Parts: sequence; C-alpha cells; structure tokens
Amino acid sequence: MTQSSLYSRRDTPFSLHEINTQKASDQQLLEVSSELGLCLNLQEMKQVQAYFQTQNRNPTDVELQTIAQTWSEHCYHKTFKGKIRIDGKEINSLFKTYIAKATHEINPRWCVSVFEDNAGIISFDRGYAIAAKVETHNHPSAVEPFGGAATGVGGVIRDVLGVWADPIACTDVLGFGPLDYDYNKLPAGVKHPKYVYMGVTAGIGAYGNNMGIPTVNGAIYFDETYTGNVVVYCGCIGLLPLCKFRKNAQAGHVIVVAGGKTGRDGIHGVTFASAELTEKSEEVSRPAVQIADPIEEEKLKRALMEIRDRELASATTDLGGGGMSSAVGETAERFGCGATVDLSKVPLKYAGLAPWEIYVSESQERMLLTVPLENLEQVLAIFEKEDVEATAVGKLTRERRLQLSFEGITVADIEMQFLFKPPESMKTATYPAVSLEEPEFPEPTNLTETLLQLLSAPNIASKESVVRTYDHEVKGNTALKPLHGKYAGPNDASIIKPLDNSWKGVAISCGMNPNYGKIDAYWMAAAAIDEAVRNNLAVGGRRIALLDNFVWGNPEKPERLGSLVRACEACYDIATAFRTPFISGKDSLYNESPMGPVTPTLLITAVGIVPDIRSAVSMDLKTPGNLLYLVGNTYPELGGSEYYKLKGFLGKSVPKTRATQARKTYYALTKAMGEGIVKSCHDLSEGGLAVAAAEMAFAGGYGLEMDLRAVPSKLIARDDFLLFSESNSRFLVEVAEKDREEFEKLMKGKVHAEIGKVTKNTRLIIQGLKRPAVVDAPIADLRASWKRTLSSGV
Amino acid sequence: MKREEIKVCVMRVGGTNCDAETQRAFQELGVQAETLHLNELIKRRNLLDYQVLVFPGGFSFGDYVRAGVILARWLSAELGKELKTFIEENRPILGICNGFQVLVEYGLLPGFEGVSAYPEATLATNIPQGYNCRWIHLKHENKGKCIFTSKIPTGKVLHIPVAHSEGRFLFPKEKEQQLLDKLYENDMMVLRYCNENGEYAEGSYPTNPNGSFHDIAGICNKDGTIFGLMPHPERALYWWQQPDWTRREQMPQYGDGKLFFESLIDYLAKKF
Repeated sequence: MTQSSLYSRRDTPFSLHEINTQKASDQQLLEVSSELGLCLNLQEMKQVQAYFQTQNRNPTDVELQTIAQTWSEHCYHKTFKGKIRIDGKEINSLFKTYIAKATHEINPRWCVSVFEDNAGIISFDRGYAIAAKVETHNHPSAVEPFGGAATGVGGVIRDVLGVWADPIACTDVLGFGPLDYDYNKLPAGVKHPKYVYMGVTAGIGAYGNNMGIPTVNGAIYFDETYTGNVVVYCGCIGLLPLCKFRKNAQAGHVIVVAGGKTGRDGIHGVTFASAELTEKSEEVSRPAVQIADPIEEEKLKRALMEIRDRELASATTDLGGGGMSSAVGETAERFGCGATVDLSKVPLKYAGLAPWEIYVSESQERMLLTVPLENLEQVLAIFEKEDVEATAVGKLTRERRLQLSFEGITVADIEMQFLFKPPESMKTATYPAVSLEEPEFPEPTNLTETLLQLLSAPNIASKESVVRTYDHEVKGNTALKPLHGKYAGPNDASIIKPLDNSWKGVAISCGMNPNYGKIDAYWMAAAAIDEAVRNNLAVGGRRIALLDNFVWGNPEKPERLGSLVRACEACYDIATAFRTPFISGKDSLYNESPMGPVTPTLLITAVGIVPDIRSAVSMDLKTPGNLLYLVGNTYPELGGSEYYKLKGFLGKSVPKTRATQARKTYYALTKAMGEGIVKSCHDLSEGGLAVAAAEMAFAGGYGLEMDLRAVPSKLIARDDFLLFSESNSRFLVEVAEKDREEFEKLMKGKVHAEIGKVTKNTRLIIQGLKRPAVVDAPIADLRASWKRTLSSGV
Repeated sequence: MKREEIKVCVMRVGGTNCDAETQRAFQELGVQAETLHLNELIKRRNLLDYQVLVFPGGFSFGDYVRAGVILARWLSAELGKELKTFIEENRPILGICNGFQVLVEYGLLPGFEGVSAYPEATLATNIPQGYNCRWIHLKHENKGKCIFTSKIPTGKVLHIPVAHSEGRFLFPKEKEQQLLDKLYENDMMVLRYCNENGEYAEGSYPTNPNGSFHDIAGICNKDGTIFGLMPHPERALYWWQQPDWTRREQMPQYGDGKLFFESLIDYLAKKF
C-alpha cells in the first residue's frame, strides 16, 4: 500500500479523513502515529487497528486523535498505572502499590475525595472543605516561557474550579538552569535560563495577579539539568462548601462548554508532553502552547460559583490537557454514560478548524458542565450576566458510545469500553548502583566567609525580587506571608485564613531536594516529604495532607524508571510513618532535551490545618535574652548539600529521614506550639544550621550567640560539617527563659539542646568545637549577602 | 442616617478582584454593602439607591489599553447620567488601586474644575518597572477636606500595603508645579509615601514603591467626596493582616486601613 492511499479524504464540506489502518503494515501504523502526532506506540496502534477491524471499517482522523489523547501519558498515566518489571519482580501499578496504598492504609476520616477528582479534597471547618491540586507545565514553558507558565497557572486553577471550589491561593515551584550559563554552550533550540526565568516568573505573576488569587508559596531551584528542561509546578488551593459539591450527572443531562473560544492554540499539548524536547520543538510544537487570558477565567469563575451555589449543574470539569476529548470522555466514563456532541456548535476563534482540531484543542479558559435540561436556561443566563460565552454542545447518553458529529455528519463513533481500555503497558526498570565518593578536603579557616557565600548561593538566596511581583495578599486573607515583616524573612509556610467566621487557617508549604536524587532517589523523595512536613509544622500546621508531583526523564529508559520506582517506595514508607496521606498528584515524564534528562525531581506540597491562626509561629527572632534550641540530631550528611556544591562536590552521604523518630519529635514540638511557648521556629534545610540561624537573626533584626559544642550530633568533629550538614527533621526554636522548664518537659526524650541565646548585639557569633567564634558577622552583612544574588530581578 | 441604613455599592466588572474584601470591610463596620456587576447596575438602573460607590482593586477588563480606561469609558457611556446626579448630591465615591485608575481616567480625579473631559493626571507604569506587592508607609496630608480621612490626624503615619504595576502618579510635565500647588491650595492632597518615621520618600525606592511624582499615593477632589488611592486599606483592616503581627505582644484589633472606612461612615451618618 502506498503512502497516499493510507489517507483518504471523505466527501464532506469540511476536512475529514479516513485512515486505512485495515491494510496498513506495522511500519505504516507507526508512520500514521508519527505523522498525525498521535504519540502512540506499535502495541497501541495495533490495538486500534484490531478494534476497527471488528467494526469492519477504518477510523476517521477524529477517532484516532480522540484515542491518542485519551491514551496519552498525560491523560491516562500509563507509566504509573502500568506494569513494571524490576529486579526480577513485577510491580502492578506504581500508583496503586505505593501512593494510593499509603493513603488507604492511613485512611483518615478527613479525606473527602482523593485521586478521584480534578483535585484532592479534605475537610476543613464549618461545612467547608479544602481542595488542592498541583500540576506541571514544563514542556510549554520551555517553548514559550511566559505563555507556558501562565497557562500552567490557569490550568491548575480550573482543576480546582472543577471540584466546585473557589480558588483561594496559588503556589509555584520553579526549576531553572544557572542564570549565568555560558551562551556559547547552549545547544540549538535551548533558550537561555535567564530568558526562561524572566518569562516564567512574569507569566505566573500575571495570571495569579489578574485573577486576584494570592500566590503565597513556592520555591525557585537552580540546577544544570534544568537548562534544557525548565521545571514549572503550578498549584492551587480552593475552598468549597461541601453541601454544594455536585457530581451526579446522568444520561440526558446537557453538556455545556463555557468560557473562551476554541482555536488552534494548544493542539496536541498532551501528546507533546509525552515526547522529548528537540531542536525542532520550537517550530513543531509552538501550536501546543496555549494563549492565556486570565480575565476570561476570572469571569468564568464568578459564573461557576453562582451555578454551584444555586445547585444548577450536576458536574463540572475543566478543559485542560486533551481539551474536549478528555473532558467529554472522562465525564461520560465517570458517570457510566456515553455522549453525543455536535462539534459544529463549539464557538470558534476563527473559521476553518477541522472537527478533530476542535475536539482536541487545548484553548484556555474553558470549562465543561453537565446540566439537567430544566436548569439549562438559568445556567446560560448566569454565564451571560458575567459576559461569558456558554453553549450547549451535546448530552450524556445511556448508550455507552462516544458519538461526535459535525454539520450533521457523524465523524466519530467509538465504544466507551474500548476507549477507556488502553493496552496495559509493561516497562522494564533497573536501578544500577552509582559509584560515588565522599570528598576529602581540609576545613576552611574562615567559615564566616563560607556562610556569606552560602547565603548568596542561588538556591538559598532571597527570592524577594520574584515574590514581590506576585500579589500574595489579594483577598486579604494571608495571615502569614511568604516574606515576613520588615526584613522580608523567608517564612517556612504561608497561612491563609479563608473563613471570616473561623480562626482556622490553612498552612501551605513545599519540599524539594533534587540534588539528593543524584545520589539516591529514595532519600531524595524521603527528604522532600520531610521538608514539606517540617515547613508546615514550623508555622503551626497540623493534620497534614500531601501532594506528589514527579518530574522525570523518559520512562522507556530502564534506569530512569528505576529511580522513579525508588522514589515511589520512599513515598509509601515515609508517608505511612508520618501518617500524612497523599490526596492528589501528577507525573510529568519525558523531560528530556538535547542536553539530556532532567534530574529526577519530586515536589511534595503539604497542606496543613492551623487550628487557630492566632497561635501561628513565624521564623524571625523575637526578643533578646530568649533561648535558642536545636531540635533533632545532626549527622555527617553532606552528600548533595549546598556546602559540597559550593566546594565543587556532590558527595555520597545523602541525608536520610528517620521517620519514626522524627514523628515523635514533631508531635512534641506541635504540643509546645499549642502551649504558646514557641516564639519563633525555623526549619533547617539547604545550608543547614548556619543558614537557618542567620535567616532567623536577620529577619528579626537581632543577633545570636551559639555554641557548636552543644549541638546534638553523631560522629561530627568538624565545625563546617556541624554548621552545614543538611540532616533532615531539624528545627531551630526560640523559647523565652521563663518557659525553659516547660519546653524541656514537653521535649523530654526527643533530641534537643539549648545551643544559644538571642542578643541585642546585632551579630551572629558561633563558638566552634575547639576554636572560638568560627562565625562572627554583623547580621546586616549576612542579610546583604542573602539579598544580593537575585536582587535586581535579573 | 443610622449606620445600618447606609448602603454601599461595590461595583465590579470582569477582572475586578478585590470586591469581596472591600465589601467585608464595610460590613465589618456595620453598614450594608453589596457587590454588583456593572451589567446589573445598568439593567436595574438603581445606582441612586446607594449612598456610596466604590471601585475596588483588580484589573478591570484586563487593564488592556491602559489601566482603568475601558471601565471609565464604559461607565460614562452607560451610567453617565446617574453618576452625574450621584456626584452632584455629594455622595462619596472611593477608588482603590484599579479604582483610583478608573477615577483618574474618568476625569473625576483630580477634577480641579469638576469632571474633566480628559484625564488631568495619570497613573503610569511603575519605576522600577513591574508589579510590586509590599507594605509601605503613608503620611496623611489632608487638612480636613477629605471625608475619607476625617478621623485621621494630619501628619499621622499609616502602614498599609500596595500591590500594582501602574501606580506612578504623574501630572503633565509642563504643568507639574502649578497643578501640585493647586492640589495643596484646595486641600486635595491626601496621602504621600514616607518612611516609618514619617520622612517623605522623596522618590526613593522602595519607600516610594512606584516612582510617583511628589510621593503622591492618594488624592481627593475639591469637594473632598471623591477619593482615590493606590494602597489597599481593605488589606490592612484586621490585626492579623499586618506583616509583623507575630512580633507584637499586643496587637490593636484593627489595622490602619479601618480609619478610612470609619471616617466615611462617620460622614454619612452625619450628612444623610
């Protein structure tokens, strides 16, 4: 069969093609997959071929595209749901075996909906629940940084709208290549990190600010491997009255598409997400990046909230990855229905779109609703009032088929059962041992200088120049801000007080340690969970729920998949030990570029409840004369640390998480906070003890005298290791002299020690193991070093 | 008029996003406040049922063209008549952030000779450029004309946040000094950026967060009934909204933002 006879144009007044799969060879099937941008492998193409053989006909382009979108990694999570062979054993679904299993075993009463909806839902207060979702938007941001990041924010906000929640806060965690990257070393098609950084941060700010949702938590991380693969995590937290949560669509309900018009922007976004970036991505995939219009989404949100409050619709979901194809299909599947849709009714930006383009377009700011016929008029009137276009395009049917038509002609007719049964993937994973060494180097004589350098290290330095471009106070409910007080100290988490008639707050924090993953993906994942949890605890968060977001390289490559398995094992182990369930998560795989794969990166977002925001704790030193305690043990764990990085090493001694022990400490510390005797608290992370102490001092405007001889440690005989080890599960805690006894009593049996005192003298002075004052610097100098690196906003 | 009889209209359009907290500020003080879409106001034609009109912050119509300009034109075309009566009856109008931009674009502020056909000032893009969200200090400059600050002593330093990218108050360069003098002559100067000790920013960043001429943060019209300001008093209403509350042993119940709403309500209670 020749190439040309593979496709035949149907005799219709619009563009519609039939693909002659019946007679196609394997080679030709793969060609079709590649030419139509389906990103389906041979096994999948053969299943398609077999299905249409039983139907005795060839598929249309609409059908093939629909199948490709539904089966894409982005929509179906083949890797996480499929089988994996590793070390002679077989894992049947990473998701079920580790992530969901942890949640099911912990099984807290307060989880309302996990992994089922567009966002995880946990109960809150006075009949309200909190919804949370984090997404990635890496590929689009690599091609078009501003638009990619902005639509990432828009998309995750719609996920929260998709569970009828009112978005109350956004988060963003970003990974870039080094900003001083040598231009001459950039391969063709890779944009300079500085350009990407400026575009992405501007895009995130623009969307959140325009929609009036405070961006309250985040992180910016720099790593060589992010040069070719920018990492953009966008998160959203929402609030919903549980009694208004409607997911009860049935056959006969009308399918309404509301919001922006549909165009050619965002075609093949999800299949693009399952491909590696190449030199040609710019050219080939530009249409995969959507165009953002936050004002449209703001209006859409208003209308949706009114429809929710008046209980007029039976379900809603966002049009995100896969566009209508995934929204219509998944809605029908979820409610055990089929669907008929007239694609010619969908409002278009411009004429001339082929039916398949309409169906898979990922144009932004669109939501799908199912509405009982008797409410349709009211629903459409609400949209009209808000100047939002809304159109009834089809309905749910009892018959389990997906039937699409255009101008009266059937363009797709597939059984739901086939559509939602992609062939199970079987992948192979290996986890080869890496040979790493612990570096040997003499202890620097001037540790003050080292501390100043660390404070200026891009991963530690103040991100104020970016954070201030995000409105973190709109809605007037930000009770603990990302930048604290006069000196803009880095709070460990932000707290939102969402209800006027309740003092309860929502603490939002995150943890991410990609550098540890270069040594061991298991301990990287463990550290990310521990960091997210301890950041949350540090401000007074309790009853913590987790969100997991994986950014990995190509899972077809066994060693990439191997490290993913390792990370998932840690997720299960640590989450169950902490009793912190996962409520939502997402994976973004195939992050590879001509510069190689992204370093395996797991972002953990933690959502905690603060029983009363009046007892929230910030990280700045409060009163001279107060005592400073170090909680938790310090181990010689500098592998992957910022200190080693500064010295040009990676090392081997990656920080481990001793979760059972840590959990007991966390309980005790939370109790002390509840008693109101914790004046300030800061978690120890990148840069260890010295950096955390410096931050507390310059955020509070007071000095600190500390003694390393008092630090509880295991086998450390060097001042620099004590100062900069990144052992997990540690905090610095400020306690008033008068509360010493009570604090000690509460912390009994948990590793802790009084290591210093807050001083009026505005210097940080640290006594070494043998040498006096191994660190001695005015806090103003420390603050200046910390603020310098990213101060100009680049 | 009794406090609970006072009706405030918080007006919104697509892109307005500070309406809920603005409405809450009024409700906290015991007056009736409603958030209404412009489309509704046009349909109901009931603007005159309200004693106060508020344009809250946000990005009305995306701030496309220029911040506030589309809403200003739309208002003038659709509600111009009612608005004229509203102003003639000296009913107060408040514009916060984007609302201030709307009032300037409409010609209501500074409004030296009543409503001007063209804007007499502008709120230009910040210098340094870009969106800026931070707490700043303001000095109250008004001598008694502005009804929104009647309860604030002249010279008092206030602590309130700003969050905008177009807030640089400017007069036409050639008339700068003359118009500034006029502002002072008519007691229309209300708020200027200063440091925590009350010393004017004199243009220095970030004390003056946007490069505003003469550190201007808020002005009123010559009757003192129309007031626009870039900072957000509704975000400085409660103690727990302050950026440094965890440092204080004892916090007052309210933040400085409350003073504006309190002054306004005081005026209404006496006048109507």
